[in-house]
Amino acid sequence: MVKSVKKLYTYWFLVPAAVIFIIFFLLPTVMSFFFSLTRWDLTTWTFIGLENFQSFFQTYSLNIGLLNTMIYAVLTSGLKVVLGLLLGLFLCSKIKSKNFLRSVVFFPTLLSTIAVGMTFSSLMNPTHGLIDSALSLFGIAGPDWLGTPSLALYSVILVDVWKGVGVATVIYIAGITAIPGEYNEAFAIDGGNKWQKFIYITLPLVRPAMNTVIILSFIGGMRTFDLVWTMTQGGPGFASDLVASVIYKQYTAGYYGLSSAGNVILLIMISVLAFPLYTYLNRNEVDY
Amino acid sequence: MSKKIKILLIDMIGIIFAAILFLIPFYFIIINSFKGETEASLMNISWPKAFILENFKSVLNYEDGIVLRAFMNSILMTVFSIICIVVFCSMAAFVMQRNKSRWSPLISFLMLMGLMLPPAIVPTFWVLNTLHIFKTMGSMVMIETAINMSFSIMLYQAFIGSIPREIDEAAIIDGCGSIKLFFQIIFPLLKPVTATAIVLNAVNVFNDFVNPLYFLPGKQNITVQLTLYYFNSAYNSSWNLLFADVVLISIPPLILYIFFNKQIVSGMTAGAVKG
Repeated sequence: MVKSVKKLYTYWFLVPAAVIFIIFFLLPTVMSFFFSLTRWDLTTWTFIGLENFQSFFQTYSLNIGLLNTMIYAVLTSGLKVVLGLLLGLFLCSKIKSKNFLRSVVFFPTLLSTIAVGMTFSSLMNPTHGLIDSALSLFGIAGPDWLGTPSLALYSVILVDVWKGVGVATVIYIAGITAIPGEYNEAFAIDGGNKWQKFIYITLPLVRPAMNTVIILSFIGGMRTFDLVWTMTQGGPGFASDLVASVIYKQYTAGYYGLSSAGNVILLIMISVLAFPLYTYLNRNEVDY
Repeated sequence: MSKKIKILLIDMIGIIFAAILFLIPFYFIIINSFKGETEASLMNISWPKAFILENFKSVLNYEDGIVLRAFMNSILMTVFSIICIVVFCSMAAFVMQRNKSRWSPLISFLMLMGLMLPPAIVPTFWVLNTLHIFKTMGSMVMIETAINMSFSIMLYQAFIGSIPREIDEAAIIDGCGSIKLFFQIIFPLLKPVTATAIVLNAVNVFNDFVNPLYFLPGKQNITVQLTLYYFNSAYNSSWNLLFADVVLISIPPLILYIFFNKQIVSGMTAGAVKG
């Protein structure tokens, strides 16, 4: 019986998925390590050792992407973790409009990144964009959101949060509604204020939801390319370039080896940061 | 009574915040899609002097119907990717859930890699070139399948875990083979999670910009997200047509959300609640 069952759950069922995964994901990933050590024009390659990495770390227009990517990932995920939790709590309270508001907050998730990016580029326009026009009503001279080098990256981060906070909120709502009712009852019997309830009941018990939000948005932030590309093209200058946009720029410029090196660097950054984060967060979940 | 007023007040504040942060941008997109070109270039939210429905027609007729072609391509890409994802991922997830072996940890690790790591761009380009399938819809479908695979397999695995093995055993006694067992007995039971996988992947693939940009260049192969660049580039910005295009390409995901919002939400929250 045991043998026939093993045969019934045949590993042949894995073959189609495995073939596609290996050819179109795993093989390119493995090959990127090799090609990152070469100068390469797609037909012929010369082995140049670590030269690509050297220029990546030494050239300002390339290595600025490293710091920016870190800022981008930390800030977008941090803001989504906090704002998503606040919105989730708010939308689980007794307000009447909560179903409507849930849909409203979630809707940007369905829009394409490009559409969102272009819309906000227009809203953030310095001469007649809606945001600066609104600010001028209060006598505030709005900045050039995307044209100021020190500001551009943060403007894109805000738009990323606007688009992505809906997913975080929905995940928190699922976590909050899954808290067993007896905890709230027990707390009501013991007595205590809302703040204590938040700290001792809600916060520990939404940890699985929070961990999901942290991981998803952190990795999403590290890999971001499309939003930055539509809104600033990495500019002004290189002020808002991320590793992923540097990869694209080197690719279109024909520096395939350098572009692959960028890919390897991004891969290592994610492995070094996200994998430990993932295991750490999974280990520290409370049981209930 | 005072508690009721308090809740009403909080309600109002919530709606006002939502209106400022979320509804105004939506309203901005829609209202500008009906304006004339000079009016839309003012980028404000005033009521249009006249509603120009022609904008949508102009978008669809632009450059011999490039937007229509993009819709065709995007729909093809989405439908075929979904078929591959649903069939191959459910099969793989079934065996991975039922038949644990010493390979299981390795497979799980590879799936985690697929979930986290960025796809390597230029080497993928090299693979496509070597296989002579660069710039083909088929290769695009394979790439979309590969990058959405890990998540979909995990979704299926969690669901299959809740299907009792007794069902398999009964089928074995009835003399079912692997293929019959899976496709006639198990697969129909997966309907709820299949719906989730379809809807979520549909939104992801349809809205994908990066991969078609890299791997499916050329006017013939254009997909919907790339059409936006026709109306907003360094040489030519027609904001009214851009927003009309935004409205048009946002309709399919919106329709999916209206009919399947439960599936979308349950897919996105998978793993958030400890089961």
